[in-house]
Parts: sequence; C-alpha cells; structure tokens
Amino acid sequence: MTFDPSLFINEKIKVMPPSGIRKFFDIVSTMEGAISLGVGEPDFVTPWSVRDAGIYSLEKGKTHYTSNSGMMELREEICNYLKRRFDLTYNYKETLVTVGGSEAIAVAMKTLLNPGDEVLVPEPSFVCYKPCAIIAGGTPIPVKTTADNSFKLTKEDVLKHLTPKTKLLVLSYPNNPTGAVMTKEDLEEIVEVVKENNLMVISDEIYAELTYGRKHTSIASFPDMKDRTILVNGFSKAYAMTGWRMGYVCGNEEIIKAMTKVHQYEIMCAPTVSQFAAVEALKNGDSAIEEMRDEYDRRRRLIVDGFNSLGLTCFEPQGAFYIFPSIQKTGMKSEEFCEKLLMEKKLALVPGTAFGESGEGFLRVSYAYSVKQITEALDRLTDFMNTL
Amino acid sequence: MDNKKEQVLSILEKDCTVSVEQIAAMLSMDVVEVAGIIDECRKNGTILKDRSVINWEKTNREMVTAMIELKVTPQRGGGFDRIAERIYQYSEVNSLYLMSGGFDLMVIIQGKSMKEVALFVSEKLAPLESVLGTATHFVLKKYKHDDVIFEEQPEDDREVITL
Repeated sequence: MTFDPSLFINEKIKVMPPSGIRKFFDIVSTMEGAISLGVGEPDFVTPWSVRDAGIYSLEKGKTHYTSNSGMMELREEICNYLKRRFDLTYNYKETLVTVGGSEAIAVAMKTLLNPGDEVLVPEPSFVCYKPCAIIAGGTPIPVKTTADNSFKLTKEDVLKHLTPKTKLLVLSYPNNPTGAVMTKEDLEEIVEVVKENNLMVISDEIYAELTYGRKHTSIASFPDMKDRTILVNGFSKAYAMTGWRMGYVCGNEEIIKAMTKVHQYEIMCAPTVSQFAAVEALKNGDSAIEEMRDEYDRRRRLIVDGFNSLGLTCFEPQGAFYIFPSIQKTGMKSEEFCEKLLMEKKLALVPGTAFGESGEGFLRVSYAYSVKQITEALDRLTDFMNTL
Repeated sequence: MDNKKEQVLSILEKDCTVSVEQIAAMLSMDVVEVAGIIDECRKNGTILKDRSVINWEKTNREMVTAMIELKVTPQRGGGFDRIAERIYQYSEVNSLYLMSGGFDLMVIIQGKSMKEVALFVSEKLAPLESVLGTATHFVLKKYKHDDVIFEEQPEDDREVITL
C-alpha cells in the first residue's frame, strides 16, 4: 500500500494555513542587497552580564532539569519584578516558568478550553492566538479593531461577539503589529464586561516594558481581576533574549497548577541555562531595559516622522517596536504593495494581512533596527513612492 | 543640564554624523531648536570636536601607544595644573589625566615606534623638574576604545522576517 502522509495528519492541522509571510521570507533571504524592516525581535544582543550568568551556570555544571514549574529563585525574582515594575502581587505558587511567551499561550489555551469554547481574539494581532485556540479544541472568534480607534479594543467590540460559548478573551497590549496600548481608562470598560459575562482573560504582556510616555497597566491589577487573568510575560522583548526562549505565566494558583500538568507532560521544564540567565536579568537588568527603551523611542519618532512625511500615515504607536502605517491612499493591497516594494527596491516589510484580515491596507514596519538601517529603508521607500 | 540638551548630546556622542533633521525627528523637537542647542554647545565648549574612530591596524601605518605613569611634585600656587599644562602641550601626548592612587598623572602617548616613545619619555618627560619617576606601559592590542569595539562585529544576522 502506498504511503500517504496526509492520511496521518490531524485534520485541524491540515487545514491550518502556515504563517502568511513565508513567501516573502523565501524571496528576501536569497535576494542580493535586500534590506528588511520585517524582524519582530530586538536588534540588541542580550546584556553581557545576563549572557555571562548563563555561561557561568554551564561552567558550574548546572545542566540538569529544574523543577517543572521553574527554579524557585527565578519564580521568586519574577514575583519581585512584577511587584517592582507593575505593582502586581503574585507568589511563587502562582507562577510557572515556560519556554517563551508562546508556550505560555499554548498551555493556557489547552488548560482552559473544552471543545467548542469560543476565544475572542482582537485583530490585527500576533499570529499564534488563533492556531493555539484551534489546536486546543476551541473556536477563535476574530474581533476587528480599527485605526480610527487607535487599534484599541472597546466594550462594544467585545459585546458584539459574545455568545453563550464565549470563555476567553485574549488581550495583547502593547500590541504586535500595531503598537497600540490599552491605558488604565481603556481597560476599565473591558474589566466590566469580563466580570459581567464571567470570562477569563489571557493577557499577553510581552511588550509591557516597551511603552513610550506612560507606564503599562496590566488588566490583572484591577480589583478581582487577578484570578480572572492569565498573565503572560517573558524575557524576549524586555531583555533582548528571544533566543533563550524564556517566558512565564502568572495567575490563580489552581489554574497554574492545572497548567503545570500540561507543561510537565509536554515540556518537562524550561531550559536550565536560560533560567539562570533570567535570574540575572531580573536582579540586575532594570537599567538595560531603560537604555534599550530610550533607543527604541528615538527610532520610533524618527520612523513615524519618515512615514508621515511620505503620506503613509500612521497613528502614533505607544508601545512595542512597530509602526502600522496605512497604504490605502496608494490603492494597493498590502501584499501587492510589499511584493512590488521588495522586487523594485529590495526593501522587505510585512503586509498587515499577515496579522489578520483587518490588517488589509496596512504594513507592519519594525524599528528594531539601527538608525542607519532605518534611514536607508526610508530612502528606498521614498524612491518607491515617487514611482507610483 | 536640561533633559533636551542632554539627549541631543548623547545622540551626537554616539554618532556625530546624524543630521540635525534626524535628531529633531528622534526627539520630537523643532529643527531650529536642535540646531540652536548644537550651536550653543559648540560655542561654549561643551562639544569640543567631531572625529572618527580609526583602527590603524587596518592600515600600513606603524603606530605605538603607551601609557606612562608619572609621579610628580605639585607646584606651589599651581598644584598639578601647571605641570600638566607643560606636558599636554607636546603633540605626542594623546591624553593626560590626573589620577588618584599610586601615581599622579597618566600620560597616553602615540608614536611611530617604541624607540620614539622611549626617547620622548627619557628626553622630554623624565627631565622635567617636578617629575619624580615614570613607568611606561606599551599597549599591545586595542580591544575597545571610547565605547567602540575594535574587533569586527557580526552584521545583523537575524532572520530577515520574523513575527
């Protein structure tokens, strides 16, 4: 009998589309002289003292598993950090160390969702929420946010999509790809609707340290919201530690205990070397965060100014390291614009549609690049716009 | 120092080729205001010079750098300043610092050869009246200077597009 691999692949996975940027990635990576503002990770290298702590742990032979939940010292430092930086109160029993924020999201969905449970996913948003919900057996429901409202989520948006099956709301602010943030005032009405309708929130706050002009507010800091929130955070963006794959999740003790079961059977524990590095980051890394944030802020202003002066208007992003300019005035679709720009000027940007249908008419542009790279990209884009 | 001035200066300290327009955009300031700050800082000596950091190892030019510890007697009325002034006037002297600890002045000298540096120390520095003793250390390799790492750093080697 001939072997047909597709017979063996789970139907849910078979129909799941791959990430929408693969096509571009393949072209850019082979194109001579191409430059990109398409990377969604810091250009900074992890601060040396953090790298050194990882190396030291290896020298000391710390190469074994840790406890499933993560090293006690690390969990305690995470709690100290959340108190110090965001006034959130957790203890180590309410904390689970994961392999990046991504694992935290996947485990949270698997732990909470029963077949048919609906998950509200505001869009445009990071690409993993919908597939994770599907893999966990849930049904993701996209909730469109718009540039007119600075890509914030409103109470009405949530109410419009509520059904008796709605169980979870994903919040992802500061937002990738739009750079939108939700202020304390913005969150108030969301808190209300969450409590009234007995929902849980997965709050992905991986960009919490990268806000400009105001401090990040977590939905978990509102009265009675701590138990209803699964707080996802990590080291990738704040400490430029993407490759270490270190994240964590905090929440109600019973829910964390349940999540730990999924985590222990799937992952065992987060990498030990990364956990040692993470302890150092939390103990001595506050000033590195601030230095990087100041640098991002300057680049943010430079790039927003550049795009606006080309007539590709973008609302001022208040967080993360992306801008989300509109290309509607060119009359082109996002993918068409990006493809043409790449072919003609060898500049790679990410079409907004990679982050959901509501990203049509927009681009995601990362400013996790040096001023020199940003300036070169703006020059190429100016040339391109002049040819339209 | 007010915050805006400090921010302008710290951008220039990292890279003095950034244009006034770019600085203005980065700090959400007016171009005229930025130009005014830079102009004022040039006039009052806050900005002393714009220079390139050069790795001479990449050229054929022979270059020797030495750090010389000097023990000196401070002079009445002038303290260390007068002797320092006599030393920094030499074009061979690249940097000069007054130090705490086991010696008084740190002189950094650049010359074409070890011999040239040695002659400078023995003929120019050591005979100065207030100089009590010298100790010369030659630089064998420059790894990092003024915030710049001399070894070639890898280009941006991240994947070209990630989400």
